[in-house]
Order: sequence, then C-alpha cells, then structure tokens
Amino acid sequence: MAENKGVMICGEIIEGKLAPITMELLGGGRALATKLGEELCAVLLGSGIGDLGKECIAFGADKVYVVDDPLLKEYQTDAYVTVMEKVVKQVSPSILLMGTTAMGRDLAPRLAFRLGTAVSMDCTALDIDPDSKLLLQTRAVYGGNATAVYVCEGNKPQMATVRSKAMDPLEKDDSKSGEVVKVEAGLDPSAIKWKVTDTVKEKIEGIKLEDAEVIVCGGRGIGSADAFKELEPLAQVLNAAVGATRPPCDNGWVSPSIQIGLTGKIVSPTLYIAVGLSGSSQHMAGCSGAKNIIAVNKDPEANIFKEARFGVVGDFKKILPALTQKVKELRS
Amino acid sequence: MPNMIVCVKQIADPEAPPGSFKVDEATRQVTPASGVSQVVSPFDEQAVEAALRIKDAQGGKITVISLGKNFVMDVIKKPLSMGADELILLQDPAFDGGDSHATAYALAMAIKKVGEFDVIFCGRQAADWDAGQVGSGIAEILGIPSITPIKKIELADGKAKVERIIMDGYQVIEAATPLLVTVSNELGEPRYPKLKGIMAAAKKEPITWNAADIGADTAKCGAAGARSKLMKLFVPVKEGKCEIIEGESPEEAAVALALKLREVRLI
Repeated sequence: MAENKGVMICGEIIEGKLAPITMELLGGGRALATKLGEELCAVLLGSGIGDLGKECIAFGADKVYVVDDPLLKEYQTDAYVTVMEKVVKQVSPSILLMGTTAMGRDLAPRLAFRLGTAVSMDCTALDIDPDSKLLLQTRAVYGGNATAVYVCEGNKPQMATVRSKAMDPLEKDDSKSGEVVKVEAGLDPSAIKWKVTDTVKEKIEGIKLEDAEVIVCGGRGIGSADAFKELEPLAQVLNAAVGATRPPCDNGWVSPSIQIGLTGKIVSPTLYIAVGLSGSSQHMAGCSGAKNIIAVNKDPEANIFKEARFGVVGDFKKILPALTQKVKELRS
Repeated sequence: MPNMIVCVKQIADPEAPPGSFKVDEATRQVTPASGVSQVVSPFDEQAVEAALRIKDAQGGKITVISLGKNFVMDVIKKPLSMGADELILLQDPAFDGGDSHATAYALAMAIKKVGEFDVIFCGRQAADWDAGQVGSGIAEILGIPSITPIKKIELADGKAKVERIIMDGYQVIEAATPLLVTVSNELGEPRYPKLKGIMAAAKKEPITWNAADIGADTAKCGAAGARSKLMKLFVPVKEGKCEIIEGESPEEAAVALALKLREVRLI
C-alpha cells in the first residue's frame, strides 16, 4: 500500500441532499488537512448522487470520490463496509472521519476492524499533535463525567466518528475548484446479508429538535405522561420543540424519538429550558451545545444548576403556568 | 431451539452521582469511588432481556460471557438470575488494559470455543467507556452480519426479524442467522430477577476461561493487542455560575424569570 496521506471524510446524504454532518465533517476535516499541509477528500456513497460531489467541493473538499450504485441507495452494513474498504485501500488516507450518526455508529467500528486499525467513537474535538503529527481524538467517556484523548500510533488510517454539531461547516464557496472522481461499487449482491423490508418514521409534530432555537426539555421529575403535557403551553408560546431525558422515554411517557442525550438526539439551541431533570452527564452530552440553559427543579442541589445560566428552585407545576403567562404577555 | 450468546460487562454504577467521580490524571485511570457499587452495564442487561424474550417465546439456551476482573459474583450472576442458562467468565492478566479491539478479539475467541450459536447479543455500548464498537468488532472477526442498534428481535424459521433504530424511527430488517445485534434502551426495561431465579443462580457455578483456554494469542489481547492509546484523561471543569431567580412564591419567581429572560434578550 502507498504511504497514507491526506484527510478523508465519509459524507452522508439524506433525501437527495448532503446531510448537515457532511458539511461539519468537511469543515473539521479542512482544518486538520491545513495543519498537515495535505489534501481533504470526501467519499459519497448512494444512488442518484447527481451534483452532490461538486457541493462537497464548495464546502471544502479538494477531491470527491463518488460511488453511485442502486445497491447503495440506503445504508446497509455489508454493502457500505465493502465499498468503503475498497475506496480507503485505493486512496490510502492518513485520517478517516465519519459522523456519529445511525450510519457512522454502525459503519465505523466494522470498517476499522476490517482495515486492521482503530476508531474513536463520538469525538467532540480533533487536532493534530504538533510533534508526532498524529490525530488527537477527544471524546467524552463515563457518560460525560470525564474527557479522554486518544491517538492511534501504529495503524492507518486513524479513524474517528464526530458528534453532530461539534465541528463548524465552512461558508459555501461555489468558485472553489476540485475534482470529482467516480468509483465503481463492484458489489456482489450476495455479499449483502440483510435487507430492510420496511421503514417506520415517527411523525414529528412542529419543530425538529436538531433544528430548534428553543427547547423545553422534561426529565424524570415530570412524573407522568399526563404531566408531560404541561410542558406544551410554554413550548408553544416560545415556538420551542419539546425534548426529554431518558427516563421519560424508557417509562413510555413520551416517544423515544425526542430523547436528548448521549444515546439520543444532540441539540444546540440558543435557549434550553430544563424542567424536572437532574442534569446527568448522560443527558448533558446531548445538550452541551446549548447556549443558555435555564433550570427549573425542586432540588437546589441538582447538577443542572451547575450547568445553567439562570435557575428557579421550585415545583414546575406552579412555575410553568406563570412563566407561560408572563412570556405570552411580554411577547404580545 | 435457538442458541443465544450474550456478552455483558461489569462496571461501576453509572447512576452514581457525578460528584463521586474522580480520575488519576497521571496514570490515566478512573479512581474507584468508595460506596459506588458494581452493576451489569445497563445496555447489556437489555441485551440479556432481548435474549430472554426469545427464550420465553420459543425456548432455547442462553450463554452469558463476560470479560473482566474483580468480578462480584452477586452482580455478574444477575443474568443467570434473570433466566440465562450458563455464565462464562474470561479472566486473565493478559486481558488487562485492552481496547475495544483486544476485547472483541478475546470475546470472539471465547464464542468460537462455545461453538454453535444463532444470535449474539451485546449492549449498544458499555456505560463506562461508551466506545460502542465491541459488538460490531466481534461480528467482523467471526465474519457474521451485524445489526446495530436494535430495539426488537424475533426468530422464526432460521431467520431473524429485527427493528433497527434510525433517526426519527426504525427499520424492519430481515436477516439470516447466525448474526449479531447490539441492543439499545428502546427495547424496554429488563426484567427483575425472581426469587426462584436468584436461588437457581446461586447454585450455578460460572465457568472460568483464561487466554490459553480459548486459544487466544496473548499478543492480540489486553494492552499488547490495543490499537488505540489513551494519552490523557481528565474531568472537565464546569463553570457553575447559575443565577438563582427568587420570588415570594413559585409564581412570582416564574414572573421574575420571564422578565430576566426578556432583559437579556433571550425571549
């Protein structure tokens, strides 16, 4: 194999468009490539990819490898691992980045094992060590109680998956030049060991958590499915999305699809109103990007007050209606 | 009847208060806190539960494998008391200091020694290092398909019907066995052991295997087999500058909060 050189990111496509994580990876990957004085390339796998390769260039890639094949229409472990193995061996990058997404979480470990290298999952920061030129991979461990920095010394590529919203995308520059290279998938359909027979999407009413500027989030302290509805009037006047920590989801009070945390959604609103939640590290891992956290909790010792900018100690059942009413007045 | 294998890890209770958590930055190790009990990692308990639901429906055998040291028997036997049939503990100084790769290798070697299986279950990630790759790694080493993370699995006619969690929903997947799945909390609460189960588990002796027993190459185990190196470990500093908004009553505090949010232009 040739000497490993350059930074490669594996992009993602959602409904015919580049997923936000793709731009974030390109932004983060560009910074690393600049520090190394090497190229940044992107890989796009899918079916009917069209001009998305060019878009990757506008967002920072020097070169884009496009693998367009009907068998890659939807993410499937065997197909994607096989094709990524082929592309990585062909290009020999020094660093390979993916998103910590449904795809990256599944693809990265298997690909790393197949390539005989290691991967750090869910990194929140990446840097280049000035002496060794190795990739410094920073990630939360112990549910966010500690931060760990890893390197991979002997194996290439150095791999990491990156938490959504951890890296900043670059401004789109349509004048930037680059090269789009088509790669044949060359997949043997028999290599694909499972197939999707149905996809069930939960209906999300109102604003998506990932896009919301304001979020009202409830925790174990809310107490029941009925009590959870008491968050809605406040969410409505603030034009906010409603989220939850893990216990309300596990208890069936709300849909698991609104879980915010290490194993749920990662959000970064301007205003995050945390109601009846203790602020476990597990949960904070999902909302550490929130710019202003407001805590409403009965327990003045709750960890959430260490994370919040403003807090009110007391019963949310009394506080929320009054807060909702006052916000409504101020906004009218 | 299906043969099922579940991989579990014993860890310090992740629900322990964050204040009790300390690390030794010099040795890059977590300092065991006094009074924090050991538990089976929560997602691994859900993996046991997923296997038990299949056993409830159609019978079968569940073998639980755990790699670690300083096992607390009452803790690591919990899967047996929940209804699993056999417990294998992988213990060897050669396993110390491993990363996901070294751990997956040792578990895969142990699974090869167990022999026949239809489904391997792992938790989606251990609630200590949160790496989330041992499951996929085992599948890759054994050369079997993997589906991660899942919230439901059923077996019929040598095939598995699996629900894989994706953003805002799930996929229904049909797969041939043998396969490996990693289980997420969306599966639902694992069962509590019943007294009968606890008594039965107390009588069962776990099988203990070392590296030689499973034919593992010690150069691939533990620290020797690790491919990633921990350079730094620290507890992030929290600023903790919360302004508590007060009032004569909760309602007045709420009004004061609204005014404050307006003042700083957050609403």
